[in-house]
This record gives sequence, structure tokens and C-alpha cells, in this order.
Amino acid sequence: MTEVKSIKVEAKVENVAQVTNFVDALLEENDCQMKAQMQIDIAIDELFSNISYYAYPDSEGEAEIIVDFLPDDLVSIAFIDSGVPYNPLEKDDPDVTLSLEEREIGGLGIFMVKKSMEKIDYKYEENKNILTIYKKIH
Amino acid sequence: MEVIKNKDGAKLEVKVVGRVDTTTAPQFEEEVKSQLGDVSKLVLDLAKLEYISSAGLRVLLSLQKLMSKQGEMVLCNVNEVVKEILEVTGFINILTIE
Repeated sequence: MTEVKSIKVEAKVENVAQVTNFVDALLEENDCQMKAQMQIDIAIDELFSNISYYAYPDSEGEAEIIVDFLPDDLVSIAFIDSGVPYNPLEKDDPDVTLSLEEREIGGLGIFMVKKSMEKIDYKYEENKNILTIYKKIH
Repeated sequence: MEVIKNKDGAKLEVKVVGRVDTTTAPQFEEEVKSQLGDVSKLVLDLAKLEYISSAGLRVLLSLQKLMSKQGEMVLCNVNEVVKEILEVTGFINILTIE
């Protein structure tokens, strides 16, 4: 069982690789299934890029990612920023039945995360957005 | 991510290697679109694609819209993770998978 580990980076989209590498190393140490790891990597891309684009519209800021291995083969990964309060879970799911011409991409990222994770929750505490994903690694 | 292109007349085959995500999707889009001039068949070989995030799906949608006007686009060698993404997002119904 690994202790809780975290990384803090500037909320810039080019740092997504650094976050992904950090989390992947921990997942590999814990023998995470390849498919679960890829789904987690996708979730990191969606969630971290959202923070990069939207959390700090007029300034620069940081994002902290906290990884915790829990009982029952679960890993939790929390994405924390001090930017604009925003709960992506309140966004309506996209209509995935629309035709080619009608399709839009908005909301698809968070929708993919919701569908591929065991659980996802959001809270706003002490001026921080805290979005946590939970995934079974075996 | 790496994009390997092989053009044979009006057919363009593109192998996508690695990850298509927020940081690599713009390069993927640029590299493919710049070659599409007289292409009537675009084949995207995804055997070496590890995964694709919504930024990459946006590119697939854009390429499909373009190719619907000038020919066809086909995806081949789609792995399990990617296939599930295409299913969940309904993209499986608007793209052609071989």
C-alpha cells in the first residue's frame, strides 16, 4: 500500500504530460491494469486541461493532484485548484445520438470521464475546487 | 505521438502512434489536414494508438466532416480502449470502422 502522494504544477496545458507521468509511475508500482491506466490517463487529460483552460482566466495559478490508493483495489485521484468555482458534474451530458452534422464536442470530455470511472465527486472547500475520480486498478 | 503517412494516389493511409490528447491533437490535425488535398479515401490505422481524449475526438469529427464531402474515411485496427470510447460517445455511429 502506497502512501498518499501529490504533485503541484502550474495549471498550464503543457504540464499535462508531467502529471500523467507522475500518476502512471504510481499506478505501475501498484500493478494497475493497462486498460484502467489508459482510462485514468484520459481522465487526467480531460480534467487537467479543463483546469488549465478555465480555472484562472485572468491570472496564473496552480493545480495539485493527489493520488491515494484505497482498500478494494481503488485509487482516488483528486484535482485541486484555487480558481473560479466550477462543478463540471452539473453540466448536461451531451446528446451522443446526434448525426455527424449535428455533433458538438462540448461536454464530451467530462462525459467520457464519468462513464469510465467508478465514481467522481466534486466539492468546493476553502476556496478550492476539488474534483476526485475513483477507479478500480485490478 | 507520431503520425506516419503513406500516400498512394488518392488514398492516404495514416498510422497514429502513441497518445492523441490535448497537447498532441493539434499536431495530429495539422499533419493529416495538410495532406488531404486530392484524397478521396482516408484510412486511419489506429493499431498503435494508445488512447484518445476528447481533443482527439474533435479532430476525428472534423476529419470525418471533411472526408464526407470529398470521399470516405475509414478507421482500422481499433483497440479495445479506443473502441469503448467510440461506443460511449456515440462516435461509433458516425465513423466507419473496419
